[in-house]
Amino acid sequence: MSNLRTIIIDGREVEVDPNLTILQACEQAGIEVPRFCYHERLSIAGNCRMCLVEVLGGPPKPTASCGMQVKDLRPGPENAPPVIKTNSPMVKKAREGVMEFLLINHPLDCPICDQGGECDLQDQAMAYGVDFSRYREAKRASDNLNLGPLVSTQMTRCISCTRCVRFTTEVAGITQMGQTGRGEDAEITSYLNMTLDSNLQGNIVDLCPVGALTSKPYAFTARPWELSKTESIDVMDALGSNIRVDTKGREVMRILPRNNDAVNEEWISDKTRYIWDGLRRQRLDVPYIREGGKLRKASWGEALAAAAKAMTGKKVLGLVGDLAPVEAAFSLKRLIEELGGSVECRTDGARLPAGNRSAYVGNAAISDIDHAKRIVLIGTNPRDEAPVLNARIRKAWGNGAKITLVGPEADLTYDYIPAGQDRAALAALLDQAEATEGALVIVGQGAISEADGEAVIAHAMALAEKLGGKYLVLHTAAGRVGAMDVGAVTEGGLAAAVQGVEVIYNLGADEIEIKPASEGGPFVIYQGSHGDRGAMRADIILPAAAYTEENGLFVNTEGRPQLALRAGFAPGEAKENWAILRALSAQLGAVQPWNDLAGLRRALVAAVPHLAQVDRVPDNGWSPVALRDMADAGFRPAIADFYFTNPIARASVVMAECSALHKARAAGASLAAE
Amino acid sequence: MLRRLYQEQPETFEFTPANLEWARAQITKYPVGRQASAIIPLLFRAQEQEGWLTKPAIEYVADMLDMAYIRALEVATFYFMFHLTPVGSVAHLQICGTTPCMLRGSEDLIAVCKRKISAHPHELSLDGKLSWEEVECLGACSNAPMAQIGKDYFEDLSEESLETLIDELTAGKTPRPGSRIGRFSSERAGEQVALLDTKGDREEFNATTALAVSIGDAFKRIDGTEVPLRAPWQTSGQRGPIGVMGTERPKSAVQQAAAAKAEPKPAGNSPVDRTGVTKQQAVVADKGKPEAVLAVASGGTAMAAAGQTVAPPPEEQPNGGGQRPEGLAAPRDEKPDDLKIIEGIGPVLEARLHAWGIFHFDQIAAWGPEQVLFADENVPGFKGRCTRDKWVAQAKIIVEEGIDRFLERAKTNDY
Repeated sequence: MSNLRTIIIDGREVEVDPNLTILQACEQAGIEVPRFCYHERLSIAGNCRMCLVEVLGGPPKPTASCGMQVKDLRPGPENAPPVIKTNSPMVKKAREGVMEFLLINHPLDCPICDQGGECDLQDQAMAYGVDFSRYREAKRASDNLNLGPLVSTQMTRCISCTRCVRFTTEVAGITQMGQTGRGEDAEITSYLNMTLDSNLQGNIVDLCPVGALTSKPYAFTARPWELSKTESIDVMDALGSNIRVDTKGREVMRILPRNNDAVNEEWISDKTRYIWDGLRRQRLDVPYIREGGKLRKASWGEALAAAAKAMTGKKVLGLVGDLAPVEAAFSLKRLIEELGGSVECRTDGARLPAGNRSAYVGNAAISDIDHAKRIVLIGTNPRDEAPVLNARIRKAWGNGAKITLVGPEADLTYDYIPAGQDRAALAALLDQAEATEGALVIVGQGAISEADGEAVIAHAMALAEKLGGKYLVLHTAAGRVGAMDVGAVTEGGLAAAVQGVEVIYNLGADEIEIKPASEGGPFVIYQGSHGDRGAMRADIILPAAAYTEENGLFVNTEGRPQLALRAGFAPGEAKENWAILRALSAQLGAVQPWNDLAGLRRALVAAVPHLAQVDRVPDNGWSPVALRDMADAGFRPAIADFYFTNPIARASVVMAECSALHKARAAGASLAAE
Repeated sequence: MLRRLYQEQPETFEFTPANLEWARAQITKYPVGRQASAIIPLLFRAQEQEGWLTKPAIEYVADMLDMAYIRALEVATFYFMFHLTPVGSVAHLQICGTTPCMLRGSEDLIAVCKRKISAHPHELSLDGKLSWEEVECLGACSNAPMAQIGKDYFEDLSEESLETLIDELTAGKTPRPGSRIGRFSSERAGEQVALLDTKGDREEFNATTALAVSIGDAFKRIDGTEVPLRAPWQTSGQRGPIGVMGTERPKSAVQQAAAAKAEPKPAGNSPVDRTGVTKQQAVVADKGKPEAVLAVASGGTAMAAAGQTVAPPPEEQPNGGGQRPEGLAAPRDEKPDDLKIIEGIGPVLEARLHAWGIFHFDQIAAWGPEQVLFADENVPGFKGRCTRDKWVAQAKIIVEEGIDRFLERAKTNDY
């Protein structure tokens, strides 16, 4: 770009985009400027004053670098480049002054504050502050807020940076939080002390630069320096948010987001963040065998032998659950198909066309939402199905994108054009479609999980084609795309797969009803991590690791393979999924040709080469499904309760609280409406 | 002071029909989508109607402006002029406590309030009729100490006069606002020692006091019917008189008296513009120009009408170069064009052009470089306006394409 401006920061000449702020320019030059209120994904508030720098030739006072653009800097005499200083005596004094002001009302309670050790105020007071205060008067104290079961507040610690207000208003799209009063009495509040009605609210804990907003479930359980941090991938929705799992010993203590601009930016949903108490409850830690209608504990050898015996010579169906990593799906498919059985991953009945990746994933990347000008949502409620993706759509809406929704109306936090609830509306939309710039069609699982699912997909793809835009399938299951990639499907879908089945090998599929044994249902072997619906119906239970307890590959809804790493060990005798399947294969007399996960991955990549390209979205080409008539029913939402979509969430007390609160709020709203 | 919503809130709030009409007119001041800018006037009118700002009122206003409730609450809690607690049913006394008033005894006034109304500010008196608070400077320092009650100032207070005032308010009377020691406004107290030739030539009350007296009940809650609705910006796209939305604001006694004194001279053949309003009226209502402008304007036309030979006034010898455009002795058919339609020509310049004998657009359109130079050098004010504002080009468009088309093009300065 030729439009760069030269400025001098701390004696170094740098060329920067004139639209950057001084703070961003300093960052580009590798110079740290302390800040509290500034956040690159939120609007600029300029109220903490910590980022003061000296601008030579400007007014004879420090300038807030977060709010001043490089293009507004005046050149020096004879057109010399503007000079910025971040290390001058004026800046040092200004920072010390700001720190002193910020600390006037801030309590000295670091020893009992959960933010201790990862507190911006603590760090910056050490780096830029002074060791005294001239303030001798009484300090201000503030009332704490009740923001719900996720965020705990200590408002006396608040330094009024308003990051939480800006996040909830701008990104999460809720309107409860604000700053009332003025001066010393300014306080962050939620309107009438309402709890926050957002499934992204946990992010304000990360945003808070001090200990005013902390994680309620995590309160007083660990210090940041005693946690082991593992970078991993979330499985609560199909977005594949990048997360960091913090463990103490074998327990997951908390989950934090990692930055990945192409996937989750730096946000995660509340389910992703607060799921960890579900990892401790209802766990399957030893194998069980059902005898006389009751489950009894068994040894691994016993259980595997029983499973092998049950499967031999029978018509076996393998079901791949929503949270299964690709390796397990691949391994199960090998195992079952060698027995002459079939596998199926579309356990919710989704009519994803097997083998056509452009139809079951699409050709759009998540980051395409950012530039979209027209977004058509078909039968999906992204706020429930992938809250972080919904925040992205909201961002596109904020940038002027027009959003159309075909399907049940819901509060998506942005304005959309309701185009109708049923399939006729989709057909009408297709008829009227004209090519526009930057179109994106997103189709949800609710739209394609009924008998005419493929017809809906065909219409959605035709719509994307006619609009001249891209097409994205918004999945709800983290393991689904990976399982589709390895071909864990049966011709005809779930209905055909269960036909005449004698044994079902259930790899963590808990969202499915299997005919009870008393009604002549099949023999069920359940391999999974939680004692949920699947285990309840099982005849043999093989305890397996959950997603934080094994290395695994997950392919997200845009088709991006990402590696989840093991953060801790599975409880009791539970084993990693691939290892159980391999041990079982030995019992069945057909040992799988790998001895470790690396070997399994080599075989997997040989079969499905694009899975080797971790963190890249492969080009899926474009092969539209042939148009056919849809039924004439309305679309149904894919998710009934955001907080209860998988066995881990159902085991979580925090999720149960959130769900109850959400329901109460909805009931209250409908009461108030009447 | 921690400002929060009061613990007891009424169930509902609604603007009176007149206030609602007023509020809707305020919203039209702002571009579509920016209606939230009207938050402060609307909240304040809600407060004037109820006496204090209730939660339903805040929500009602927020709904009207399509804002989140918390955003409206942020505004309401930020400004101390919004009362978030109930105020006296009769009046809320705002005692100025800033330095000049404090030096002149406002602390004594506050002591009176504490004694006669309530021990603490923002608390109702026992009968619920009064409340008080100390406020920052109200800008009437010459009349310190003072208090604002409702929309009126009560000045030159003393403990005794404030006590009397409070007693009168409690008794349901309507005390007259203004100075308590007989001052007209903020002049020297006591005998008049300057401008002695105006002595005795004064109204009884100053304008604000007179207005309060004319309204009668100066303490009642504002329901919007006190004065007619005025929303001149709603018609600002047209060249017309202001005050289209309602009738003219009623004149106070003083204003009426002043108007009677300065009865406008008969309009004679003064030009009538397209709105049908005589120019003098339009100018007065429109811009509030100094009277000198009017004198020049009417003088010029009067001269022209009298059929005198048109010559530059003696004090205005032509400057610089250029050739003076040929003028007419009088407008054709006695109907001059409204030259003010041309951008850059106002009443003063129009009068000057009339003095030169220029009454019609086609005259200006026919000017050559010499005439333009003359006009540039000789119009009042700074030089070069004829060239800069492209009078000739504008006049040509008016002549060739008609006024309507010109007005259309003038919006984008397309000439």
